[in-house]
Amino acid sequence: MPALEAIRNRILSELLEEYPFAVAFFQSNDIEISQREGMSVGDLMARVQEEADEDDPFDAALNLRQLCEYIDQMLAFLSDDQEKVRSLTIRPGTDKDGKPEGFDEITIQAGETVCIVGPTGSGKSRLLGDIEWVAQADTPTGRTILLNGDTPDPKWRFSPTHKLVAQLSQNMNFVMDLSAEEFIDLHAESRMVSNADKVVGKILDQANELAGESFSPKTPITSLSGGQSRALMIADTAILSRSPIVLIDEIENAGIDRRKALELLLAEDKIVLMATHDPVLALMGARRMIISNGGISQVIETTDHERQVLGELTVIDERLQMLRNQLRYGRRLA
Amino acid sequence: MKLVTFCGPPSSGKTAVILKTIEALASGTNAVGVVKFDCLSTEDDLLYEKAGILVKKGLSGPLCPDHYFVSNVEEIVQWGLSKELDILVSESAGLCNRCSPHIKDVLAICVVDNLSGVATPKKIGPMLKLADIVVITKGDIVSQAEREVFASRVSAVNPSAMVLHVNGLTGQGAWELGTLLTQDSRQIDTLIGKKLRFSMPSALCSYCLGETRIGETYQMGNVRKIKID
Repeated sequence: MPALEAIRNRILSELLEEYPFAVAFFQSNDIEISQREGMSVGDLMARVQEEADEDDPFDAALNLRQLCEYIDQMLAFLSDDQEKVRSLTIRPGTDKDGKPEGFDEITIQAGETVCIVGPTGSGKSRLLGDIEWVAQADTPTGRTILLNGDTPDPKWRFSPTHKLVAQLSQNMNFVMDLSAEEFIDLHAESRMVSNADKVVGKILDQANELAGESFSPKTPITSLSGGQSRALMIADTAILSRSPIVLIDEIENAGIDRRKALELLLAEDKIVLMATHDPVLALMGARRMIISNGGISQVIETTDHERQVLGELTVIDERLQMLRNQLRYGRRLA
Repeated sequence: MKLVTFCGPPSSGKTAVILKTIEALASGTNAVGVVKFDCLSTEDDLLYEKAGILVKKGLSGPLCPDHYFVSNVEEIVQWGLSKELDILVSESAGLCNRCSPHIKDVLAICVVDNLSGVATPKKIGPMLKLADIVVITKGDIVSQAEREVFASRVSAVNPSAMVLHVNGLTGQGAWELGTLLTQDSRQIDTLIGKKLRFSMPSALCSYCLGETRIGETYQMGNVRKIKID
């Protein structure tokens, strides 16, 4: 962490030049900085404290400390030497009855998809919880999670900016009142990407490629169709989210090219976990974890026969997509 | 006994988070009780009762709910001790978003939800800024992007806090929150002499005393006027 004393004595304009993102801290805490760039940070805090109403006290010491913490967090978030997550390993624990799980150890590499199957309530949430919390035999299942083959850095558990898992699911909606472009821009800003324009353009292009029907950057996100929303969410998560693991939960067929969606995520070197009972999706992974009674009862590999089934299903699926598009554009079904 | 203060805007999911967390703690040997502070009415106590959790309800009625909280929190601690609780959870709504019930040296948790909008972390002030843990709820219904934007706004207001995502419906994340509650080793046998992390709103004007008429003639005591130009 930058030393508190050093930050206190810095001239505001110099501080902002070195840490431009610190503006967000001042804004979020209603600290007026315009016309005050020549002041030291310590003097600024003292001034704000002086100006504060007596019944709305401002704590200069607290804000100075939190400013240091914020700078520290953002530097960690920005640093390129962030350890890249190349693999996720799950070591077995027990199911709800304390019975050992039915696998030895599973390692999933970046760029790989593994499916999760099992009825509702069978323990998918707990598995995901174990991964997010990088369980060290200290959760109800007793599982152990390793990253890159090693015991993970505790930051994955405690840091507000390093989250291991990004999640996409069927019930997710956009709730902000913004256009697609403004929205992705806002997300890019929070991820502090340097070439925001380019990234935003890339995400919108990719989303349009995934969606059956294209949309313009000016379309309000709340009026996107289900398929367009999911396409935008997937493109955005693949390109902007820093989380190395993506969980896709029960995303259904309609209005999106699933194969391309998956390819996009894998091309960005994500580890993809896909909870699904859709055979076209479930068979795309080389392996699947079978969850029952709170534990992973088996990890099975997709067989050649199943791949053959997938081939047949893909033909049917493509035909359905084609028919759907014909209907959409007012044609007679061929 | 351990004391934890939970607060957050109305309908942010405080009760659901507390219920799921206590459920996760139940596998241990902890005796947990809840006190629910509210303003005019609450039926949350029934939810706790239904889950078999010892609960006490406090309604502030005509008083400022935050003043009511701080005037009663020591009594509640003594009640918890008399019931031999291991953990006492205090739940209160930050009703006007100005206050926080957080006490120095007592674990402080703020619950906010993704649906409340990205401006909320800044608006709710001390109850978020002074919390040790911020729990974000309703992540299952908004996009990953909105979750990330929201969490980054929370961290900009309070970079010291640990941020946890908890799903009040499935309980995902509640077990993890529970471990943070049990790991906190601070024991309380009285709050006498302890201090709030942030002062309560100052009041005592004619309206505090029951005045209902509008107009300067009827305004006495601690009154502040809006600045127009």
